[in-house]
Amino acid sequence: MSTTTVGAGAGIGTSPLRPDGTLKVTGEFAFSSDLWADRMLWGATLRSPHPRARIVGIDLTGAVATTGVHAVLTAEDVPGKKLYGLEHADQPVLAMGQVRYAGEPVAIVAADHPETARRAAAAIVVEYEVLPPITDPVAAIDAEETVHDRGNLLRHVPIRKGSLEATAPVVVTGEYEVGMQDQAFLGPESGLAIPAEDGGVDLFIATQWLHGDLGQVADCLGLPPSKVRLSLAGVGGAFGGREDVSMQVHACMLALHTGRPVKMVYSREESFHGHVHRHPARMWYEHGADLDGRLVYVKARIVLDGGAYASTSMAVVANATTLGVGPYKVPNVVVDGYAVYTNNPPCGAMRGFGAVQACFAYESQMDKLAAALGLDPVDVRVRNALEPGDTMPTGQVVHGPAPVADLLDRVRAAAPPAQRGDDLRELPGGVANTTHGEGVRRGVGYGIGIKNVGFSEGFDDYSTARVRLEVVGGEPAAVVHTAAAEVGQGLVTIQAQIVRTELGVEQVTVATADTTVGSAGSSSASRQTYVTGGAVKAACEAVRAAVLRRAGRDDVTLRGGRLVTEGGEVVADLVDVLGDRPIEETVEWRHKPTHPLDPRTGQGDAHVQYAFAAHRATVDVDVELGLVRVVEIATAQDVGRALHPQSVRGQIAGGTAQGLGLAVMEEIQVVDGLIRNPSFTDYLIPTILDVPPMRIDVLELGDPSAPYGLRGVGEPPTISSTPAIVAAIRAATGLALNRVPVRPEHLTGT
Amino acid sequence: MRVNLTVNGEARQADDVWPGESLLYVLRERLGLPGAKNACEQGECGSCTVYLDGTPVCACLVAAGQAEHRDVRTVEGLPGPDGLDPVQQAFLSAGAVQCGFCTPGLVVAVHDLLARNPTPSDPDIREALAGNLCRCTGYENIVAAVKLAAGA
Repeated sequence: MSTTTVGAGAGIGTSPLRPDGTLKVTGEFAFSSDLWADRMLWGATLRSPHPRARIVGIDLTGAVATTGVHAVLTAEDVPGKKLYGLEHADQPVLAMGQVRYAGEPVAIVAADHPETARRAAAAIVVEYEVLPPITDPVAAIDAEETVHDRGNLLRHVPIRKGSLEATAPVVVTGEYEVGMQDQAFLGPESGLAIPAEDGGVDLFIATQWLHGDLGQVADCLGLPPSKVRLSLAGVGGAFGGREDVSMQVHACMLALHTGRPVKMVYSREESFHGHVHRHPARMWYEHGADLDGRLVYVKARIVLDGGAYASTSMAVVANATTLGVGPYKVPNVVVDGYAVYTNNPPCGAMRGFGAVQACFAYESQMDKLAAALGLDPVDVRVRNALEPGDTMPTGQVVHGPAPVADLLDRVRAAAPPAQRGDDLRELPGGVANTTHGEGVRRGVGYGIGIKNVGFSEGFDDYSTARVRLEVVGGEPAAVVHTAAAEVGQGLVTIQAQIVRTELGVEQVTVATADTTVGSAGSSSASRQTYVTGGAVKAACEAVRAAVLRRAGRDDVTLRGGRLVTEGGEVVADLVDVLGDRPIEETVEWRHKPTHPLDPRTGQGDAHVQYAFAAHRATVDVDVELGLVRVVEIATAQDVGRALHPQSVRGQIAGGTAQGLGLAVMEEIQVVDGLIRNPSFTDYLIPTILDVPPMRIDVLELGDPSAPYGLRGVGEPPTISSTPAIVAAIRAATGLALNRVPVRPEHLTGT
Repeated sequence: MRVNLTVNGEARQADDVWPGESLLYVLRERLGLPGAKNACEQGECGSCTVYLDGTPVCACLVAAGQAEHRDVRTVEGLPGPDGLDPVQQAFLSAGAVQCGFCTPGLVVAVHDLLARNPTPSDPDIREALAGNLCRCTGYENIVAAVKLAAGA
């Protein structure tokens, strides 16, 4: 991404144009796969075709002999640490003696043409002793055969609140399953590594977390972090799938080995094997309620398939478990969450991060409870809705607004969508002309979810911002520099808006994110506007304080390039105060600390902030063919304060669409450890025909402990659209539907 | 082999083209036009949409040799002498751009739609753009952008 200068524009609460927008609509924006360097080579990766095997031998002869090939490297060539990982370093840079999932990198090649590199990789002969894969996560918990020496249980999170023996007159139970979803960002994993004269390397990379990559890449290269310099290249979407390292170390190894720039770009098929996915889940729930529908207890067991390597599974299962009863008051809770190793594809971060899986189960249970009591599904939710001051199953008190009942009331009260018209294109099946309305039933369903914002459980979650104020061409101008990854969400716009608001200058440049400034943490967990926004605001406050010191005033603010008193009197021009001496401040900013969970009871103030969204889905189902058309989705979400209202609505629409995908179409089909549908032909993400018009209701209730009162926006809309759509399909069909995605055969029974 | 074609009104030549290369590869890697994107390389996502003799195609599905002596127009060729094409401006204004990876393909597809149908209905828009995947926006602001451009 190039450095971008924002011209005259506005501060927070308005929706100025994205500074990178013009480049993006003209095709000139440099995504990581668009990079090019003189004498550049192309990298390719040979991956294991087996989910579990011992490597008996590797013969590189064919690859090395290929004309145009400059390097062929295996595990022996990894210069530093051979293992990496975000939370627990258990993943080999290149396979060492064995492979644990189909798609695991075994060798890498650099050549002068991408096709040459691919063919050379294919010419490597690996002799495998194939072993039967461990693929059932539930059986794996206690199995004697293990994926790693440490056993298959990655983490067990128990939550115990109130009485373990509570009973209730109304009891509903259910077993639920969530399939493996893919982030399916459109820009494939890619980057360009350029060897440097000092023996280090410069990596231009699409990532969510530059410093997360930096530590792992430097360790594996055996270089001090100062010799590994990362710059953010244009990121073609992320959604969690770029939080882990993919080709970063490989490209650097090839560049350092050949002494030439090396570019790697995954194909779509490779991308499906090259990043972690959303954990598939199996969940058993029991809800007990009194005769008025008030919850007495919830008992649940949640098993997440972490696949072959740890990635962020330990944090994902903590989310699924601590948020496992939803945004409801529940006096007695027994929840056990398990993350498990198998030989399936590794799973880790995806938008919603554990909260998605649990929400499908607890919201299905709330509908079941409503049906058992003869109550309206929204009424039973409102009756149990969490309120400010209530405690979560972890004992954590919910501070600040928690408008659970209000959000539900709002989506219920929204005007219903129009009745079906005659246009074939508005029927299930569309122009396939499968029905003219016969067999089509309409259903309406509701869902509400809860998500934590920011990193939890005592993680030192901070961001760093550097802000410089100076005179350029006779005008005051600011530069803001962070390592925060712009992944499409609009953080570049927000940073400039904050600077404009705080320093009262029009001319703001957002410098390219790189590792020459301190860590910003990850663009994940709905945290970046909160934490990096907080850091930029704090850095601006430090700059402003320095301006005031220099001016010898303590009674003025900065507005329109001037120092202005509260009464509106201009006391000085900023240009005169600054002169030829710029003011620059770098600030590390932290949100309030969180705390670990008690390992036996799961009690603890583990989360920073909670965020809520509610959905109402309306569907038309062709019950004879099992085809579903989502007609409309209404969403209500509290965002605390919308810093860029247009982007907030964009996040809500986009997140809701990903939840729709999980509800009715998206699943990586894994059979015996093998991905059967690694392409956009076979792994379907919603098209513009699948996503309906949306009705979006944004609340700005203001969290007093967050910068500007904001609440993380990105994840909540993804969480509850899935159960809302499935509830609507249940309403249309009367079927139980305990698994997502719902497929046609689940509706037709064929 | 050598491929001769017209790109955005200019005669261009690409040398040393391997016969297996796509038009997309030639545009991106040999002619310095990376606007068309490489998201699926099997014609499912529309990110590489360009005009070929005035018809929108997925450049990943066109062999480089098939473009010989033909006329290609990419997203880079849409702006006029006065700046952005109205479709590009509408994508910007409506917030239809997030990560932007689908944007070049969608801009070309919408440009084509509005040339054929200047006042498309909602179902017309959705039908015309069903071959262009976007993972960020939920399409809501893309539909808004098309309507904005149609009114421009």
